[in-house]
Amino acid sequence: MSDPSAALLQIERLAVRFGTARGPVQAVEDVSLEVRAGECVAVVGESGSGKTQLLLACLGLLAQNGRASGSVRFEGGELLGASEASLNRVRGTGIGLLSQDPASSLTPHLRIETQLVELLLDRGLASTAEARQRAIAGLREVEIAEPEARLRQYPHELSGGMRQRVALAMALMGRPRLLLADEPTTALDVSVQARILELLARVRDRGLGLLIITHDLGVVAGLADRVAVMYAGRIVEHAPVGQLFATPAHPYTAALLAAVPRVRGGDASGRLAGIEGDPPRPGETAPGCAFAPRCSRANARCAQTRPELRTLPGESDAVACHWPLRAEAALA
Amino acid sequence: MAEATLSLAAPRRAGLWTDAWSRLRRSRAAWLAALALAALVLASLVGPALSAYAVDQVDWTQVALASPPSLDTGHWFGTDANGRDLFVRVWIGTRVSLLVAVLATIVSVVIGVGWGATAGYHGGRLDDWMMRFVDVLYALPYMFFVIILTVVFGRSLVLIFLAIGAVGWLTMARIVRGQSLALRQREFVEAAIALGLPAHTIIFRHVVPNVLGTVIVYATLTVPQVILFESFLSFLGLGVQEPLTSLGRLVAEGALEMETSPWLLLIPSAVLGTILLCLNFLGDGLRDALDPRERR
Repeated sequence: MSDPSAALLQIERLAVRFGTARGPVQAVEDVSLEVRAGECVAVVGESGSGKTQLLLACLGLLAQNGRASGSVRFEGGELLGASEASLNRVRGTGIGLLSQDPASSLTPHLRIETQLVELLLDRGLASTAEARQRAIAGLREVEIAEPEARLRQYPHELSGGMRQRVALAMALMGRPRLLLADEPTTALDVSVQARILELLARVRDRGLGLLIITHDLGVVAGLADRVAVMYAGRIVEHAPVGQLFATPAHPYTAALLAAVPRVRGGDASGRLAGIEGDPPRPGETAPGCAFAPRCSRANARCAQTRPELRTLPGESDAVACHWPLRAEAALA
Repeated sequence: MAEATLSLAAPRRAGLWTDAWSRLRRSRAAWLAALALAALVLASLVGPALSAYAVDQVDWTQVALASPPSLDTGHWFGTDANGRDLFVRVWIGTRVSLLVAVLATIVSVVIGVGWGATAGYHGGRLDDWMMRFVDVLYALPYMFFVIILTVVFGRSLVLIFLAIGAVGWLTMARIVRGQSLALRQREFVEAAIALGLPAHTIIFRHVVPNVLGTVIVYATLTVPQVILFESFLSFLGLGVQEPLTSLGRLVAEGALEMETSPWLLLIPSAVLGTILLCLNFLGDGLRDALDPRERR
């Protein structure tokens, strides 16, 4: 904590496994990540790539049949296997969570005020009057007009964008040092998305660490400093955002970038470039690279041995591929 | 009971509850039932005071002990086989029956909601154990259990509340547990956990209010069950003790005399029937009024 460059959140070799009736399912495997103060790290992947479970594991929110192994440290304290009581000391005041759907992340029958001040009063962090002042300040911070009037309203009386801003204010009420955001803009329309991203950027600039889970590369480009691309529960590429967009090293990242629709340019046929095939279902395990069946560059080696995540020579980028795109470019 | 809960809840959650309230008023059957019930409650409170007779007072001035209803004698509902005024006894009986019903229902709601919400919210092994316990109690013969209690501890009104409530919470616990189990998956509960709120706060502030609609409806349907059950106990001679009476006792006594003095059976039965009917209509109306699909 004293060292500003030290990681706020340190995830090491995290694995998440679910015990199901049809045997164990590995949702996340061997994931290592770091988030520093004032930095935004994005985790990108398709649905089912394990990115949400990764985030839930950090806060001890996995479903009951889920088991996490490895290590998740927040400001040096281990979170995996920590007691509910010690997790509760970190939740809210150390780590905030902003979830995907603003329609359902606020309790429907409680006034906005009750929900905002709840944490402060419960922990004895503020008196009733102070808590109310902080709630008003919190709403103002997320640019909600007439915060006093909003406090008296119920979630269903607010618009979707406003609800998500209230949810953000709620996640920030305990003044956490790290904010985890699970697809914070997915359920919102584009103009509202932009405002939320702006607010998140401001949060990061205030020195909070930000770990954001998304499948929207637009969100990544606007906000993230570093990006981890997940595929089938593993990180396949981990790179600074500029580098990832300019010269993706993993074929999957390249395919993902190619699949982003563009108004101009791109495929001359005017069609969207999809990725052929389907991602492997959780629980299916192959000895080789999980992306190999869909990869145009795959050969026999890819099907047999899994590539380790390794740093490319002379780069800050790590990639898990036997035939990374950039190495070829470098050779050519 | 239902109205009491509603008016308690109303000031804090005006939005949803006022909606439900206005829908309840629009449903004619439920509204009439509520008014009729209020009238009966009022009658049971002031009725005995209107008569010149006391609940255990034998009127020796009449020719026969069981005299028919008459305005002249002041025995508006007649007298029973012991010459006691039925008007007073019916309203005292109503009072006792409603009291037993409401208190037993409150006992069963408190235990049932607490137990069910805790089991459903925590899930897993705790849920298994708690619900197996409920299953075991279910398997015990209900009637047998209450009879043993009353035999061992003697008959008292308080014990009847406790005994009936203590067995009546089982279904409530199952209903609440099922709903809490579903609510636990909702994002707002996850958000509350992520805020680091303790389990009991989440259960009682974020989960339980969401099941209150179901609970209120089920409670209004429990009240008639309890009244019937108390009547049954009284009919068996295990209920309320003389000279106090209940509707069930009055019906039981009336049944013995129904050939010679039919009013002794008809009047208490009519009151009991009206109460049960009203509660069922009110329960139906509340269920519709609180149905989340009708919201907004």
